[in-house]
Amino acid sequence: MTQLALVIDLNVCVGCHACVTSCKEWNTSGWAGPMVDQRPYDVDPSGTFFNRVQMFEVGEYPNTETVHFPKSCLHCEEPPCVPVCPTGASYKREDNGVVLVDYDKCIGCKYCAWACPYGVRELDEQQKVMKKCTLCIDRITDQSLPENERQPACVLACPTSARLYGDVHDPNSEASIAIHENGGYQLMPEWGTQPANHYLPRRKTRIQIFDDELERADNPLTKEAPLPAAEGDTLDDVSY
Amino acid sequence: MHPAFSVIFLTTLIGAGQGLFMALVTGQVYSLANLLAPQDSVTFYAMGSFVAMVLLILGLVAAVFHLGKPSYFLTRAWRGLTQWRTSWLSRELIALPAFIVLVLLYGGAHYVEMTEPLFVIQGQIPVDPTLLLGVIGSVLSLVLFVSTAMIYASVRFLQEWHSPLTVVNFMLFGLVSGFTLAAAFSAWSGVQLVGFFGTWAVIFTVFAAITRGFAVYRNGRIKHRSTLRSAIGVRHTTIRQKSMGFMGGSFNTREFFHGRSDGTLGLIKWFFVATVFLVPVALLGASNILASTYLPILAFAVQYVGLLAERWYFFAEARHPQNLYYQSVA
Repeated sequence: MTQLALVIDLNVCVGCHACVTSCKEWNTSGWAGPMVDQRPYDVDPSGTFFNRVQMFEVGEYPNTETVHFPKSCLHCEEPPCVPVCPTGASYKREDNGVVLVDYDKCIGCKYCAWACPYGVRELDEQQKVMKKCTLCIDRITDQSLPENERQPACVLACPTSARLYGDVHDPNSEASIAIHENGGYQLMPEWGTQPANHYLPRRKTRIQIFDDELERADNPLTKEAPLPAAEGDTLDDVSY
Repeated sequence: MHPAFSVIFLTTLIGAGQGLFMALVTGQVYSLANLLAPQDSVTFYAMGSFVAMVLLILGLVAAVFHLGKPSYFLTRAWRGLTQWRTSWLSRELIALPAFIVLVLLYGGAHYVEMTEPLFVIQGQIPVDPTLLLGVIGSVLSLVLFVSTAMIYASVRFLQEWHSPLTVVNFMLFGLVSGFTLAAAFSAWSGVQLVGFFGTWAVIFTVFAAITRGFAVYRNGRIKHRSTLRSAIGVRHTTIRQKSMGFMGGSFNTREFFHGRSDGTLGLIKWFFVATVFLVPVALLGASNILASTYLPILAFAVQYVGLLAERWYFFAEARHPQNLYYQSVA
């Protein structure tokens, strides 16, 4: 079975919000739209977004690290938001595992949002129906697009390629390999929701060098003795 | 969670309606067993059912305002009857109208005085249509209590609600307000059942005080499973949110926060402790001594206001794990 998902590399994300704006641009004018704003240029603005980039500070100053954290629907393999829906508007696609809302069936009761621990569903204040990330379902399934454009808008927009997209059930997909090789993890694993989206952790690259690897064992400058007279090649000078 | 008044009114109104219906049926069963004097079908049972039905329909009206748009009630809400296999909300949407119909039939049967026994059990218990409808209605009422409460108790992320105590409390509070209302209704219509219903109301109130007290105690000591560490998957003892990603509000900052201080919450808690448990019991006790008509009615009015506060507190005390992601604007 196919399970499409995103893999977000926190080691690469710089928090530029390009995924946020491209998501809104694509989806507000597409199948899932409109994503309406309230008072966008006034006090107390508000609006519907499928994707947010948050910032967290880890550690105490001066040993701190900033984590830019993009957050959207994780397309859980056990989505708790789907069975609670009274009208059947919330569903998980059988063919590719994307969790979607049928906006013509939704009654805006918000129960699915209560049943999501990640807070990724947002009620549209104008249409009064629940909205959420569709993984750009109208892009990724559009056979008229060239194949390299059949990807979510956020993935195409990311300038640092922090977002990978693919089938996490296919062990050979780029997404699966990234999860496997780079310690990909799921959010809030304690609830058993099995999010399909994975995150790659922040990671440091260090090389290990010992002091004796930096200096020749017979470096004459370290010896407190008169410099030895030239006696021909030393062992280090010989090449065989 | 943000307490929505539509849901607060829905759950308290139908709770009182269900409790009143069950009180009427209890009275009928008692009089069948010759423990109470039989009451008039039309003025007591039919009128009482009418009051219960008014409460239930008012609850349904309140529920309509919980939908995204009230017009969805006409255009889309019928779909809510389809997902009863998985959704407790769908089950409630089926049980509530079914129960209203049963109350209508029960009241109607009493109104046209269908009290001729259909059959007699063991030569002693005459079973008439009203009794049959009353028993079926009471079962449906219990189903509705469970469905309503399980909407909250089944959400495992809201650990304050995810407990059998939620179901017990919804049921007991419904019975408490229903039996108090039955006492008030008896007093108002001059029926000598004020003491009977009042006694049961006090008994249920005591039980509700115990189970609600236990729920408050449990929720005060609850250990939340999700932390900022598991929320973003960074293993460190010190993590602070610096930005939630936007400066204005959003659905997530409105729906999941009650926005009141701890002091306000404490005030509301003690307010409902006084108005749900202490004052109504005192008023019902006093009415028993003074044989007053107005004290049971006052007891119900005070208790209903208290139950609104109790339900408000029920929502406010639940803390959703998504709030971990929405702690700092910038």
